[in-house]
Amino acid sequence: MTRDPAQTARALVLLAGGGVAAWLVILNFGALAAVAWRAEGLSALRGADWAAVRFTLVQALLSAALSVLLAIPIARALARRRFFGRGALIMLMGAPFILPTLVAVLGLLAVFGRAGLINQGLEALGLARLNIFGLQGVVLAHVFYNLPLATRILLQGWAAIPAERFRLGATLGFGPRESFRQLEWPMLRDLVPGAFLVIFLICLTSFSVALTMGGGPRATTVELAIYQAFRFDFDMGRAAMLALVQFGLCAAAGVLAWRVSLPSGLGGGMDRPVQRFDTGALGLRLWDGALIVSGALFLLVPLSLVALRGLPHVAGLPVEVWQAAGRSLLVALGATGLTLAMTLALAHAVLAVGPGRGAVLEWLGLAALAASPLVIGTGLYLMIRPLANPRDFALVVTMLVNAGMALPFALRLILPGLRDVMASQGRLADSLGLHGWARLRIVTLPRLRRPLGFAAGLTAALSMGDLGVIMLFAEREGATLPMQLYRLMTAYRLDDAAGAALVLLGFSLALFWLFDKWGRRFADA
Amino acid sequence: MLTLEAVTIRQDDFLLRAALQIAAGTRVAVIGPSGAGKSTLLGAIAGFVALTQGRIIWANTDISAQSPALRPISVLFQDNNLFPHLSAFDNVALGLRPSLRLNKAERAQVKAALVRVGLEGYEARLPSQLSGGQQSRVALARVVLQGKPLVLLDEPFSALGPALKAEMLQLVADICSETGATLLMVTHDITDARAIADQTILVADGVAEGPFETAPLLENPPEALRAYLG
Repeated sequence: MTRDPAQTARALVLLAGGGVAAWLVILNFGALAAVAWRAEGLSALRGADWAAVRFTLVQALLSAALSVLLAIPIARALARRRFFGRGALIMLMGAPFILPTLVAVLGLLAVFGRAGLINQGLEALGLARLNIFGLQGVVLAHVFYNLPLATRILLQGWAAIPAERFRLGATLGFGPRESFRQLEWPMLRDLVPGAFLVIFLICLTSFSVALTMGGGPRATTVELAIYQAFRFDFDMGRAAMLALVQFGLCAAAGVLAWRVSLPSGLGGGMDRPVQRFDTGALGLRLWDGALIVSGALFLLVPLSLVALRGLPHVAGLPVEVWQAAGRSLLVALGATGLTLAMTLALAHAVLAVGPGRGAVLEWLGLAALAASPLVIGTGLYLMIRPLANPRDFALVVTMLVNAGMALPFALRLILPGLRDVMASQGRLADSLGLHGWARLRIVTLPRLRRPLGFAAGLTAALSMGDLGVIMLFAEREGATLPMQLYRLMTAYRLDDAAGAALVLLGFSLALFWLFDKWGRRFADA
Repeated sequence: MLTLEAVTIRQDDFLLRAALQIAAGTRVAVIGPSGAGKSTLLGAIAGFVALTQGRIIWANTDISAQSPALRPISVLFQDNNLFPHLSAFDNVALGLRPSLRLNKAERAQVKAALVRVGLEGYEARLPSQLSGGQQSRVALARVVLQGKPLVLLDEPFSALGPALKAEMLQLVADICSETGATLLMVTHDITDARAIADQTILVADGVAEGPFETAPLLENPPEALRAYLG
């Protein structure tokens, strides 16, 4: 008797999903084990290391708290006002997701830096300059990144309050205060903890912001300390100990995240302003307008400055920048392909093994949210070293780590879509004998085109702009574009840096735009 | 002959028992109150619902362990009978080749099936560009093309108006007569049963009973059916 193709397809799904799960375990936990094992004895942490732990926690708490607190009034203003360019502004709020960190840093320096707009203004008024480096700079950069994310998450919350409730409130004579207490506060109470935790997690593993905006030993994150112990002191024992500490911090935050459902801010449904009956007062309108304008300026001015300063220097960029751009492009495309393949395999396996074990697989896929790229990178470096020269694998490792980092986002986008396809069309496909590759090609991929395109765009842009693991591995030659940009910045070649930043920004946005556009084509059919 | 041999289906606190024999070529209505298990019964025959006990036998072969596509069965569900991103042609062609790689003769077969249901010239349309009745016809064209000896309908026409529904059921009946296929259809409407089905299975109180001759059953309904008909 021939094998039943449905059984064969199921076996393949389990095999592929199991393979991905095993790889994730190696990446998230195996790397740590390698660090601990290869360290040949852990060295005790010094005072400076504890300062790094304290700084990591303080900056993450401050960044998350400020982002969420500022996001509440801005999201409320956006939710209850209609104006020209509202849709564009909300779309722009999604951009920091795909914005390379160094580009954001350069933009912030152009405004708040030593020779930035604000200091020029202060100087003209004869006032003291402000210094951006240190805790304030790190928190500023994190808020720049995460305020839009928090705003989008909360905006979804506002959009999810049924319009009928506001109408009911209007018939009961609710003013803004009653609306807040009865309608908006319960929503915020549900969403704010998750939003806070997501941002806290993101800031906990902050590396490139601390690298560029931190100020010496007083403003070093654990992630940055791992890099310094590894690269400058070559003190494996300390790097391993710090890696363990970082893993502990992330694991603790991850356990918290397990109990709170984490919002992603990636979804749609934010473009419908709710009709309100209680917010017509002139004072309120001015207040909301001021909030929206300041929020938009906070995002737009730094980015525009990067573009304006970079544009004249793009043509004269040294050839190494373009070579680095080519390498980054390859890494980004490789990471994108890998992420999509892993996500599809894992998502199919999650649905194939049933709810209980599926939840474990899903958690494993999301666990990378709390993973530390530098810990993983250090581990992979130590695993490769007995076998080959790790420096030869700089780009491959960067690609693998980028793919692992993007997986949680991709899984959150694709799994719900796959669940829908299975629920609505799984039986039809089964009854027609659509299994394996044919089913993927004819049913699943076309139906998932939109989340696939979006996930691919996110992954490509994240990977293109990532400055992390590569710093552990790469030598002078073989740099990625963000690394090349970092070198230009530290060498104070600021014109070239501005040009390279614009190129990096262009590549990241173009990759995102192309993939997302591909996903939207025919998506309505 | 389709035989359900001492079949038991248990899902949490839901229980359905069935011991039935349906002669090949007959048209059978499945009626009974909501939630009694009509769809579950069809799902078990089609291979979507696992049996707790018993066997399902078609033409002396035990098909209980086969996956849905290997069973000699075409199914039309209540909804989602078409893939919304595929043309009418591709939706029908899937009944012949799940890979959608067709040779010339096979393409002609697909066209002929569309002609049979009155949709000549609609090959390139997407489901969203067709009316509800036309969408049903596309799904029926696939049933024609599959040419399987058992056809199961789980109320696929319930969203259509009464006249259109009657027309579709007549088309199904004609198709089954042409191919000699056995038809099992779930229905809420006893006029459907009267019009199309020689025999009727009654699903109520956790048991599927029958098949009974439709006309005498409806004229002199047993207690369970009387409660349902009101």
